[in-house]
Amino acid sequence: MAAYLLRRLMVSALILLGVSFITFFLLYVLPADPVRQIAGRSATAETVENIRRELGLDRPFIVQYGHYLAGLVQGDLGRSYLQKTQVAELIASRLPATLLLMLGAISAELLIGLTFGIVAALKRGTILDQTLMMTSFVTVSAPQFVVSLLLLYVFAVKLGWFPIGGYGTPAHLVLPALTLGILGSGWYSRMMRSSMIDVLRADFIRTARAKGLTRARVVLGHALPNAILPVIAMIGIDIGIFMGGIVVVESVFGWPGIGQLAWQAIQRVDIPIIMGVTLVSAVAIVLGNLLADLVAPFIDPRIKLK
Amino acid sequence: MTDATGADPALRPRGALARLMRRKMALFGLALIVLVVAGALAAPLIAPFAPDEQMFDGLTLEGAPLPPDGRFLFGTDLLGRDLFSRILYGAQTSLIIGVVANGLALLIGTLVGITAGYFRGWIGAALMRFTDLMMAFPALLLAICLAAIFQPSLWIVAMVIALVNWVQTARVIYTETTSLATRDFIAACRTLGAGTGRILFRHILPHLVPTIIVWGTLGISTTVLLEATLSFLGVGVQPPTPSWGNIIFENQTYFQSAPWLVFIPGAAIILLALAFNLVGDALRDVLDPTQRGRD
Repeated sequence: MAAYLLRRLMVSALILLGVSFITFFLLYVLPADPVRQIAGRSATAETVENIRRELGLDRPFIVQYGHYLAGLVQGDLGRSYLQKTQVAELIASRLPATLLLMLGAISAELLIGLTFGIVAALKRGTILDQTLMMTSFVTVSAPQFVVSLLLLYVFAVKLGWFPIGGYGTPAHLVLPALTLGILGSGWYSRMMRSSMIDVLRADFIRTARAKGLTRARVVLGHALPNAILPVIAMIGIDIGIFMGGIVVVESVFGWPGIGQLAWQAIQRVDIPIIMGVTLVSAVAIVLGNLLADLVAPFIDPRIKLK
Repeated sequence: MTDATGADPALRPRGALARLMRRKMALFGLALIVLVVAGALAAPLIAPFAPDEQMFDGLTLEGAPLPPDGRFLFGTDLLGRDLFSRILYGAQTSLIIGVVANGLALLIGTLVGITAGYFRGWIGAALMRFTDLMMAFPALLLAICLAAIFQPSLWIVAMVIALVNWVQTARVIYTETTSLATRDFIAACRTLGAGTGRILFRHILPHLVPTIIVWGTLGISTTVLLEATLSFLGVGVQPPTPSWGNIIFENQTYFQSAPWLVFIPGAAIILLALAFNLVGDALRDVLDPTQRGRD
């Protein structure tokens, strides 16, 4: 176990190194000049050159990357070109909001997805089952911005139950978390349904029924704890999907997390921030996948970590 | 092809198509796809107005967009253009990107997967490690970043989407190829003196066709959503070329007083993505015998 974990962490470090190299390289070769953004339109050629030298952007690619990497291993993500603050500080100040949103989103996903999945499995083959599964298809086919705007229109503009955007109170969290929760619930409900159907066929369920236990006890006490395991492994993978998607939801709802930070940085070609957010997201994805793999042997004892 | 694959007759397209037709959901999806394709192809014939025609009577006296009525089926947008016509032309954009970007992603994914799966040694290892690396990228963030930095055109957007979307296909094709490569009929081919190219393209590839069809169909849905998202952020297809995503982008500031400008194109995106998901999912059940009877 310890050896496995050590090896996986080393592989993860290599993957992150690769992500940093590719992102740095793409931002280097692409036709966007951060110096022009900083200097402004009216700057003279001389000013532009001075800024370029100051930021070290006149040096060859490999030197720039080496410099970045040297900082990275010491936890230094560089300074924002435009805000002049440490990128690590900027990300640290935005991360709590994103983590809060993630927690809200995953809770909503599980609540909706598990309920739908369990009900569909118990009512297998009925109209209710088909409706719930059709709903799960619609949710995986909807783009985030459409669902965001729809919830905003209904619950904030028309009904006025929730604020239209911003951050601070629990009410602000509801709509963005619900958007992500609805969209992510489709996979969970499908998975929960098929897992539950498999478990309900098992002998120990028949035994439990034969003992005369109530239906509620059989489902919630015996079937659910077994059926839920594959779903738990999925949360790990879901973290990765979540990190990819926060840009849209955070900008629609004005949620001050790292997705919004990234979107602003992309528009201003603020390379150190883009690098930082990409790396933080990649760390989340890698850890999420590791979590999913670590949970796997508990779900299916035939799986051995190797 | 049938000889080379030696496939179960049930897997042949005819049988699969017949079984597909028996599924109500798949038929619904197929009907939606036919409708959108027909609308996109016939857009010049059936669109009541040119998509970029700004009409004087397309706005109220106060300059606000008109709600849907008899003359403007879906109402008009902020510039007094007919939304129905723009939706029809926008379907062209969605479908072109869906087919081009997804075709490209499928091609890259299949080539990477098949090569890595057949040549085990360092080539395979290197390709799969690179695929792992791509899996760790926040794909949407990467796509937004690339699209924002290039001044995006239709083709650039398609390319960006292809670049972030081939990874899943590569992994699935890789897994299938590794198991096919160890099968007896492939060993027999090799003994008979078949070259690598012949084995890969005449004997392994035909077995992968069902998988490629399934992932190709599901992938169009992902592509349509990604294009809409990029266009919504303003870094996808650029106005005045209409795309369902950029129609929402252009009009979102007005969505409180003119909700149809956001929710009609929004519904179009959902329906098209849903259609490809339904058909793809049904195809998976029909073409993949291991998945059959699971629901």
